[in-house]
Amino acid sequence: MGDFFSGYQVGDFFDEMFAAPGEARPHYSKLFARFKEMDREEFERKRTLAASTFLSQGVTFTVYNDDQGTERIFPFDLLPRIIPAKEWEFVERGLVQRITALNLFLHDIYHSQNILRDGVIPKQIVWEAAHFRPEFMHFDVPRNVYIHICGTDLIRDKDGTYLVLEDNARCPSGVSYVIENRQTMKRTFPSLLGQYRVRPVEDYSQELLNVLRYIAPHAKSEPTVVLLTPGVYNSAYFEHSFLARSMGIEIVEGRDLVAQGGKVFMRTTKGHKQVDVIYRRINDDFLDPQVFRKDSGLGVPGVVEAYRDGNVSLANSIGTGIADDKAVYHFVPKMIRYYLGEDPLLPNVHTYLASVKEDLTYILEHIPDLVVKAVNESGGYGMLVGPQATKIECERFREKVKKNPRNYIAQPVVPLSRAPSFCDDSMQGRHVDLRPFILYGEKVTIIPGGLTRVALRAGSLVVNSSQGGGSKDTWILEEESGPNEGT
Amino acid sequence: MLSRVADSLYWMSRYIERAENNARIADVNLQMLLDLTNQREADPNQQWDPIVSSLEENELFDSLYPTPDGKAVIDFVSLQKKNPNSIYSCLTRARENARTTSEQISSEMWEQINRLYLFVKSDTAKKLVRTSPYEFFKRIIAGSHLFQGITDATMTHGEAWDFIHIGKLLERADCTSRILDIKYHILLPSGEKVGGVIDTIQWMSVLKSCSALEAYRKIYVGQVAPWRVAEFIIMHSGFPRSIRFSVDCFDASLHHISGSDEANFANEAERLSGRLRSDLAYITIGDIFKFGLHEYLERIQDRLAAISRALHETYCANSELETITMD
Repeated sequence: MGDFFSGYQVGDFFDEMFAAPGEARPHYSKLFARFKEMDREEFERKRTLAASTFLSQGVTFTVYNDDQGTERIFPFDLLPRIIPAKEWEFVERGLVQRITALNLFLHDIYHSQNILRDGVIPKQIVWEAAHFRPEFMHFDVPRNVYIHICGTDLIRDKDGTYLVLEDNARCPSGVSYVIENRQTMKRTFPSLLGQYRVRPVEDYSQELLNVLRYIAPHAKSEPTVVLLTPGVYNSAYFEHSFLARSMGIEIVEGRDLVAQGGKVFMRTTKGHKQVDVIYRRINDDFLDPQVFRKDSGLGVPGVVEAYRDGNVSLANSIGTGIADDKAVYHFVPKMIRYYLGEDPLLPNVHTYLASVKEDLTYILEHIPDLVVKAVNESGGYGMLVGPQATKIECERFREKVKKNPRNYIAQPVVPLSRAPSFCDDSMQGRHVDLRPFILYGEKVTIIPGGLTRVALRAGSLVVNSSQGGGSKDTWILEEESGPNEGT
Repeated sequence: MLSRVADSLYWMSRYIERAENNARIADVNLQMLLDLTNQREADPNQQWDPIVSSLEENELFDSLYPTPDGKAVIDFVSLQKKNPNSIYSCLTRARENARTTSEQISSEMWEQINRLYLFVKSDTAKKLVRTSPYEFFKRIIAGSHLFQGITDATMTHGEAWDFIHIGKLLERADCTSRILDIKYHILLPSGEKVGGVIDTIQWMSVLKSCSALEAYRKIYVGQVAPWRVAEFIIMHSGFPRSIRFSVDCFDASLHHISGSDEANFANEAERLSGRLRSDLAYITIGDIFKFGLHEYLERIQDRLAAISRALHETYCANSELETITMD
């Protein structure tokens, strides 16, 4: 037998699998049993099979550290993360609540701005945000939905409480890995998957297509939907082509589209064909050189005009970046109370705003104990993890924050929960987060689970793929019918 | 479908076919070399020159290899990154084109082309080329066949498939003409007679390069004669690697795309292709030899290139293309 867990340390964290050393939580017991009977050789075989599957399918991301743009597979850990039905049901309700409030916030901000007038959020937080688009004040988006696709990062603290770390309301990526990870688990652990009743994730693409069709201009019944990619050298290109393929829609680059007379067309072998809905995986800044960045070669000149004329719909809408600004994030619980009159179900991580005087003082004094983040960045860029940073790095950030307080926030270091992962020939606890994908069309639908990212370096809290992160399949269990199962 | 995508599918298919044909030529010459070393007076090195010539990269070859022996040619044809027509380069470009169109082709096709690409990039491939080039070439040819089979079996035979089909057959017609032309470049060792043993071996190797020896034998009994080989490879209407067969098939696909009937033409590509098709149907091998085989084959290559340009003009030129091509 492989004895995979003999030296496993639960540590001073919330462990997803073990309630105490050697004592698996009830929803992990079948998995624990399965690993007890498995030998090393079998496990190695499964690992090889998984890796070769990803490689031959080209499930890769591009690393830009040399001139060739090396393709790497996103490391995949074979131990799934399992979440019981009841627990997920709560998370789901919390996410629905949050996306509903964020959408109401966006509508309000681009119309009457009641939330600012009522002093719930300071005016300058919004007006000074880099991703606020005053050009779109009083513009009505199709079906009144702003964020059609949202990826919300969740973490769990020491007690296992789910917290929202950030919302990704622009072009969140990672969902293709959720689906590919499941495919791989089906090939490597078919019987274990059969023993659990795991909710499927495959219909995400269909749900996404439903959302995109729902927002078509003039409620057109058979709209032409396309996915706009920055191109084959973008690090998420695999995902773009994966989604286009599984929705059966065209994947286009900016040069394939042309805007004329307030309409958008794609250049086809049979001439120009009108496009109704664009799922764009290009940020606002690069979308239209006539309106935003003039130097963008990725976008489509005139697409914004067509959007304004109501002849083409965009997902996500322009200007949603204000909703995932990290300073605005601080106010989301207040938004939920303001718009919905409810208490937030999923709490935020406590956040200090450098633009607030007392907070700034606190941040400058405690920088080595805090995580400092630039408000507009994502993907692990522009941030400092105080406890893991050198004195010089801390000092440099202190200067940056002082110089431009609006641009920074800080949070205490949350001891993220850990899940057993196979590292250096044995199972070891590694920190994880979870990014569920939320779709907002006629109704809100959430993929059961999401992408569990895992920081594979011992002790690391950074789960981003560019920083040595990997992923796991996430199993959301069906509601149990029997009385003795589950938690 | 998108113009850019049509162009990429067409080139993806051409590059795979080109990789296969390069493997065929190298493989057969490798075998021929073994036959010839048993013959006195034959200079083995000379045997490889025509291959390099057929790739039209003589200068590059000379600059890369001080001693132009069999090893050098095998390296040049198989894994040399600097050679834009090496098997490595062709498959890299085929895969790049496939990547930009991977939502159009079936996932099985994508996986196959990706596997083939990963293979030529691997250490296994490097080792095989060094120790057993025969196996390397076999794997490339089999990999290309698998891709073509998967394409026909898993993809809707619609517009996108037609562009792939045209790319494959146009490239095949071009490569077949070059394979046949190799014989033109091969000089018979002094003292050897036309129709002698070495001459026959060389003509047989031309047939083998096109997988045509067995098919040829079924039709022509007895001596392998040059004009018969040329006739078979250029004009046979049913052999899938003959020039005529390839042209017939891509002509049909061209009409399939535009919807026009085969007796007419709807665009310049169809006009040129129809003309070439009827020439191949009505010409005789006597006419060809009178004209000069080498000259005739060169004209075929020019006409194929003109069809390729016209195809691009008709369907793809309305987008600013930066597809990975290197014609």
